[in-house]
Amino acid sequence: MGVHTIRAGVLAGGLLFPVWSMADWALNMPQGVTDTSQEIFSLHMTILWICVVIGIVVFGVMFWSILAHRKSEGHEPAHFHENTTVEILWTIIPFIILVVMAIPATATLIDMYDTEESDLDIRVTGYQWKWRYDYINDDFGYFSNMATPLDEIYNRDDKGENYLLEVDNPLVIPAGKKVRLLLTANDVIHSWWVPEFGVKKDAIPGFINETWTRVDEPGIYRGQCTELCGRNHGFMPVVVKVVPQEEYDAWVVEQVAAAETERQLTQKDWTLDELMARGEQVYNTACAACHQPDGSGAPPAFPALKGSAIVTEDIPAHLDRVVNGVSGTAMQAFGPQLSEVDLAAVITYERNAWGNNTGEMVTPMQVFEYKSQQ
Amino acid sequence: MSAVIDTHAQDHHHGPAKGITRWLYTTNHKDIGTMYLVFSFAMFLLGGTMAMVIRAELFQPGLQIVEPEFFNQMTTMHGLIMVFGAVMPAFVGLANWMLPMMIGAPDMALPRMNNWSFWLLPCAFLILVSTLFMSGGAPNFGWTFYAPLSTTYGPPSTTFFIFAVHIMGVSSIMGAINVIATILNLRAPGMTLMKMPLFVWTWLITAFLLIAVMPVLAGVVTMMLMDINFGTSFFNAAGGGDPVLFQHVFWFFGHPEVYIMILPAFGAVSHIIPAFARKPLFGYASMVYAVGAIALLSFVVWAHHMFTVGVPLAGELFFMYATMLIAVPTGVKVFNWVATMFRGAMTFEAPMLFAVAFVILFTIGGFSGLMLAIAPADFQYHDTYFVVAHFHYVLVPGAIFGIFASAYFWLPKWTGNMYDETLAKTHFWLSFVGMNLAFFPMHFLGLAGMPRRIPDYALQFADFNMVSSIGAFMFGATQLLFLFIVVKCARGGEKAPAKPWDGAEGLEWTLPSPAPYHTFTTPPEVK
Repeated sequence: MGVHTIRAGVLAGGLLFPVWSMADWALNMPQGVTDTSQEIFSLHMTILWICVVIGIVVFGVMFWSILAHRKSEGHEPAHFHENTTVEILWTIIPFIILVVMAIPATATLIDMYDTEESDLDIRVTGYQWKWRYDYINDDFGYFSNMATPLDEIYNRDDKGENYLLEVDNPLVIPAGKKVRLLLTANDVIHSWWVPEFGVKKDAIPGFINETWTRVDEPGIYRGQCTELCGRNHGFMPVVVKVVPQEEYDAWVVEQVAAAETERQLTQKDWTLDELMARGEQVYNTACAACHQPDGSGAPPAFPALKGSAIVTEDIPAHLDRVVNGVSGTAMQAFGPQLSEVDLAAVITYERNAWGNNTGEMVTPMQVFEYKSQQ
Repeated sequence: MSAVIDTHAQDHHHGPAKGITRWLYTTNHKDIGTMYLVFSFAMFLLGGTMAMVIRAELFQPGLQIVEPEFFNQMTTMHGLIMVFGAVMPAFVGLANWMLPMMIGAPDMALPRMNNWSFWLLPCAFLILVSTLFMSGGAPNFGWTFYAPLSTTYGPPSTTFFIFAVHIMGVSSIMGAINVIATILNLRAPGMTLMKMPLFVWTWLITAFLLIAVMPVLAGVVTMMLMDINFGTSFFNAAGGGDPVLFQHVFWFFGHPEVYIMILPAFGAVSHIIPAFARKPLFGYASMVYAVGAIALLSFVVWAHHMFTVGVPLAGELFFMYATMLIAVPTGVKVFNWVATMFRGAMTFEAPMLFAVAFVILFTIGGFSGLMLAIAPADFQYHDTYFVVAHFHYVLVPGAIFGIFASAYFWLPKWTGNMYDETLAKTHFWLSFVGMNLAFFPMHFLGLAGMPRRIPDYALQFADFNMVSSIGAFMFGATQLLFLFIVVKCARGGEKAPAKPWDGAEGLEWTLPSPAPYHTFTTPPEVK
C-alpha cells in the first residue's frame, strides 16, 4: 500500500471521525415517556416481529429452493401449478394474524382519541416557521422560534449538541397532568410531533385538531415539524419542558406578570438606539429567515428590504406591510403576532439598518394608534 | 386507378419510414413502445440526477450545496418526474411492445391515438422542467402538492405545473383506453380472458385504475387552478374552503396510483419467474383474483395517508382495517411466486436476478407497509424517513427492478441480439447493493425521528445519512451501465433465437427475433 493511500485514509478518517463519534447509530423507535408512546412502541415491536417471522418462513423456503432446485445441480422441474388447499390456507392464516393484530391497535387508538377531562388546555398554532403556544386558561402566550444560529447551519461555526432542535421559548407543561393540545395553523399545514410522547397531529388552517399527553417524568423533550410547510420546514423544532407542578405554577405567575410589563412598555418614551437594539433581535427571529439578516431578501418571493422604496420612504405603506401582511404571498400579518413595541422596533430597525439610514423612528404609540384606526 | 391501388397495397408491406418522420408520424406499436421506453429512461436519469442533489446535500449535517428553497424544488421534481415521467411511461412502453404480441394482435387498437398519447408526454415534461428556470423557481411543495402550500403560498410557476399535469393525465387516459380496447377486442381466437398472459391481465386492470383516477387528479389540479387564478376558495380556509378536502381528493387518486405503478410489474415478474424456474406459474387463477382484489381495495384505503390529519375515530379504524386487508391478496401473490420457484430447475440470468430481488425487496416494502397500516404506530412513522424507506422499497426494487427484469427478458425479442450477460449481472449486483445501502438505513432514520423533506438534520442522524448517500451515488452511477448495455445490445451481439429462454411461454416467443415490423397480421390460433 502506497504512503499516499495511507495518508488519504488517515485524512478521510480524521474528517469523518467528529461526525461519526458524536452521532449514535439508533436503530429503533424510542419507547418514550408516556403511556401512549409505550403502547405504540409495543404495537410497533409486535408487528415488526410478526413481519420478521413471516419473512423468515417465506424467504427460508425461497432461499432453500434457490440453493437446492437449480438447473446446475441437475434438478428436474416439477409440473404442479395448483393446490386449492394450500391457497385457501395462505389466504386464511394471514387474515387471522391481521385480526389478532387489529385488536390491540384498536384499543390504543381509542385511548389516543380520548381528549376528555384534561387538566390544562394549550392552543398550538403553526406559523411559517415557528410555533405559538397560548395558555388559554391563563390568558398569555408566546412564540417559540428555533434558536440555532445561522453560522452553525452554514458550517461557519461548530454545531452544538442540540443542533436544529433548540428553541428560544419552549412549551412548558406540568408533570403528571393531562394536557390537551388544540392545534391549528395560521398559514399552511404544519404538524406538531414529539416522538418521546407518541404525539403527532397536523395543525391545519381553519381547523382545530385535538390531542393530549400526560408526561410523568420532568425533563426536556424535542421534536420537529413533520409536514412540509415551505422553505424553513426543517428549521421549526418543537421543544417541550416538563416541570413539577409547583415550578409550573411559579412560571405561570411570572409569565402573566411579564405580559403585563410588556403592555406597559408601549407607554414608555423610546430612543432611536433602544428601538434599534430591540428591533435587531425581533428582525432576526421574525424576518431574517426570508428577508435575510442583511436585508437582501431572496427575490422575487422575498423582496430585498435594503434600499427598498417602501422601507426608506413611505412610512404608512411600511406599517401596512408589516402589520397586515400582503395577501396571497408569504408575507404574514405581523400585527397579531408581535407587540406594539416589537412592531415599532422592527420597523425602526428596517428603516435604519444596512445603509437605509433614514434616521426616522416609529414609536410604539404610533403603532398603537395605527392599529386602533383599523 | 389501378396504379394507385397498387402503391397502396405496397404501403402495407414495406418497413418503417426513413428519418425523423418515422418517429413523428409512426402508428406502429413497436416504434411507439421504443419511444416510450427511451423517454422514460431519459426521465429516470433526470429524476435520478435530482435525487443525487438531494443525497449530496444530506451527506452531512448543515447546508453545503443548495439552499432550502432549491432543495424543496428538487424533492418535488424528483417525485413528479419519477412517478409520471419514468415509471408510468416505462410500463406504457412495455405494454405497447408486448400486449399486441402477447395476445396475437397486429397492433394496438387505436394506433393514431397511440402516437398522440406519446407525443403529449415530451410536451408535458418540457413545460414541467421549464419551471426550474422560471422566476420564483419550480414547484417546491412536494410531489403531493398539499394546499394551501401549493395554492396561496405556491410559486408563480404552479400554473405551468398544473397545465403539465393536465397534459400527462390526457396522455395516460388515452393510453389506458387504448390498452382496454386492444385487450378486449383484438385477442387471438381461442384466447379467453382466463387464458390471457398475466402481464395482459395486470395491464387491463391497471388501465381501468387509470381511467378511474386520472380524472380525479385533473379535478384536484383544476380546483387549484381556480384558487390561484380565479379567486375561488376550494382549499383556502380564509375564504371558507377546506385544506383537508385537497388531501381526500388527492389521495383518492394517489392510492390507486401506487398500484398503477406496481401491478404491471407483478404481471411481468409472473412471466419471468416461471421462465427461469422452468415450471408453470403456481396459482394462475388466484393471481388474477388477487390483482383484482388489490385494485378494488385500493379505492377504499386512501385516508391511511392522512392518519394524523384528524380523521374521526370511526374513519381512522375503517381505513386501518381496509389497509391491513390489502396484505392478504398481496401475500397470496408472494406465496405463489415462491411456490413457482419451489422444486423448479432454476437458472439465474439477469431477468431472473432482478425478478427474485423484486420478490424479496418488494416483500420488505410490503412489511413496512403493513407496519404503517397500524394507525396508532403510524402516528410515530408518519412523514418520517420510515415512510420514505417504505415507498422507495416498493418503487425501486418493485416498479423499477420489475422494469429492468422485463427489459432484459424481452431485449432479445426487441433487438434480435442477446445482451451482455456479464455486464447485466454486474448491473444487477451494483444496483442491488446500492439500493439497499441507500434505502435500508432510512428505516432507522425514520424510527429515530428524522422527518422527511428536510434539507438539514440534527446530529444524531448523521451516520446513516452518510451511508444512505453513498448507497444512492452507487445506485445512480450504476444506471449509466444499463444505458451502455442496452445500446451495446441494440448495435449488435450474439444473435438471439426466437425463444432465448428455456421455460418462456407465450405467443411473443413464436415470432422470430427481432420481431418483424408488422406481426400477427393474421391472428394465431390459441388452443
